[in-house]
Amino acid sequence: MKEFMFIFRQHDFDTRSISPDEFQKLAQKWQKWKKNIEQQGKLGSNGNRLSSEGKVLKPGGIITDGPFVEIREILGGFMMVKAEDLDEAATLAHGCPVLDINGSVEIRPLHT
Amino acid sequence: MSTEYESLKQLFQQEFSKMVAVISKQFGLQHMETAEDIVSDTFLQAAETWGVKGIPENPAAWLYAVAKQKTLYQFRRNKTFEEKVVPQIGANANTTGELNFSEQSIKDSQLQMLFAVCNPAIAGEAQIGLALRILCGFGIDEIAEAFFSNKETINKRLSRAKEKLRAEKVNMELPPENTLAGRLDNVLHIIYLLFSEGYFSKTQNQVLRKELCAEAIRLAILLTEYNRTNLPKTNALLALMCFHASRFDARQACSPEEGFILYDNQDEALWDTELIRRGIRFLSRATQGSEISSYHLEARIASLHCRKEDTPEKWEEILDLYDQLLLMKYSPAVVLNRIYALYRVNGISEALAEAEKLKWDNNHFYFLLLGELVKNDDKKRAVFYFQKAMNLSKTQTEKNAIKQKLKEIQSPSL
Repeated sequence: MKEFMFIFRQHDFDTRSISPDEFQKLAQKWQKWKKNIEQQGKLGSNGNRLSSEGKVLKPGGIITDGPFVEIREILGGFMMVKAEDLDEAATLAHGCPVLDINGSVEIRPLHT
Repeated sequence: MSTEYESLKQLFQQEFSKMVAVISKQFGLQHMETAEDIVSDTFLQAAETWGVKGIPENPAAWLYAVAKQKTLYQFRRNKTFEEKVVPQIGANANTTGELNFSEQSIKDSQLQMLFAVCNPAIAGEAQIGLALRILCGFGIDEIAEAFFSNKETINKRLSRAKEKLRAEKVNMELPPENTLAGRLDNVLHIIYLLFSEGYFSKTQNQVLRKELCAEAIRLAILLTEYNRTNLPKTNALLALMCFHASRFDARQACSPEEGFILYDNQDEALWDTELIRRGIRFLSRATQGSEISSYHLEARIASLHCRKEDTPEKWEEILDLYDQLLLMKYSPAVVLNRIYALYRVNGISEALAEAEKLKWDNNHFYFLLLGELVKNDDKKRAVFYFQKAMNLSKTQTEKNAIKQKLKEIQSPSL
């Protein structure tokens, strides 16, 4: 088994009109999706969410408060999974709720 | 599916409005949409994090912390912020400090938001729509359902309203003393409409309708927490809503097809006695001044309806209240209700004579009343009137209720 990292990205402010109902369903969907990976014994770690604050160090010692990416897209959370190969890892990523809100999952193998 | 996630909808409704109000208070009402974005984004992050890691012990505190970060980030990364936004906000706004999510700050912000949103500069329907979204945390789809409309129309209506608030440079503050009374009247009126929207709603979604009524009551309670807005008429409106809401479950038929259960057939055991008690409390506070508003009269009428036994005195008092109400606030509904009270006090012929003078041929309530007045003496005419009423009524709920009446009148047991 190799380790992979799922990186969730979403468009910034793409969902102004999220409703109470959608919020609840989305949370339930995340839970279901994660549980499915967990039950297969393929969850590496829950990962973490990146806080939206932080600093960027640029050449010449320039430190800014961001933005971290120039386009209107934000890097949300990440998660570690275990899979035989990249294809299997990609299969696990299917059904990830970030896709429902127009986001994407980046799947990157870890060098060990 | 895990049950702990089932309360998230309510949490959203409670916290969405608080956060939007606090952020808008800090950065100015013209940034209301950015505030909505930040809060929506906070909830998206919550959905992901809580879905994966479980719901934290204090979800509200979690939301506030994330919203704080996002707000700082959002306003800082906008390079023009310092140059363009800060001068617009003016000297009073606190642009450097953190958002203040203390209980008092949340309440103050919500009250100011209530006055900002219930602003006569925008159309009445838009005020209700904005209040539902910004103050009650409803989804656009739910608002569309409540108004029997679609998402696009509601979205357009809300953006136009926000645009108007920006153009009018409406601020988040309580109106100055000299205009407060008039502005409060408008806020009370919008809350009254919001409640009616729920109580007599076009939608058959019972849960949604009950939520509309509960939110109207919540907003009015918010007004009673401030000396300047805790006036007799505020309490009278609250009393009125509590009395009506106490019958919510009793008038709810088992299935939407049956329409509402009419007053005479309601099971008193289903009346909510706690709400009636609260109504009585608010009504007694409402009478601690010299002012009598239309809400006072309506609340008193509603309180009499919370006693089911029919005494001549009861109907005499109701008729007297409708007479006063008619002078204060003329409306076709008041006229028709008054005639019904007249029938209970002075008999059919007098009431019928008054009703026939009206000739309101486009009003389905008018035909309902006529049908009601003649149904014991002339079934055929009553059926004719009820059918006319059914053809004129605009919502399925009303049509179903009238169908029920027709069924009763045509059944051989009567």
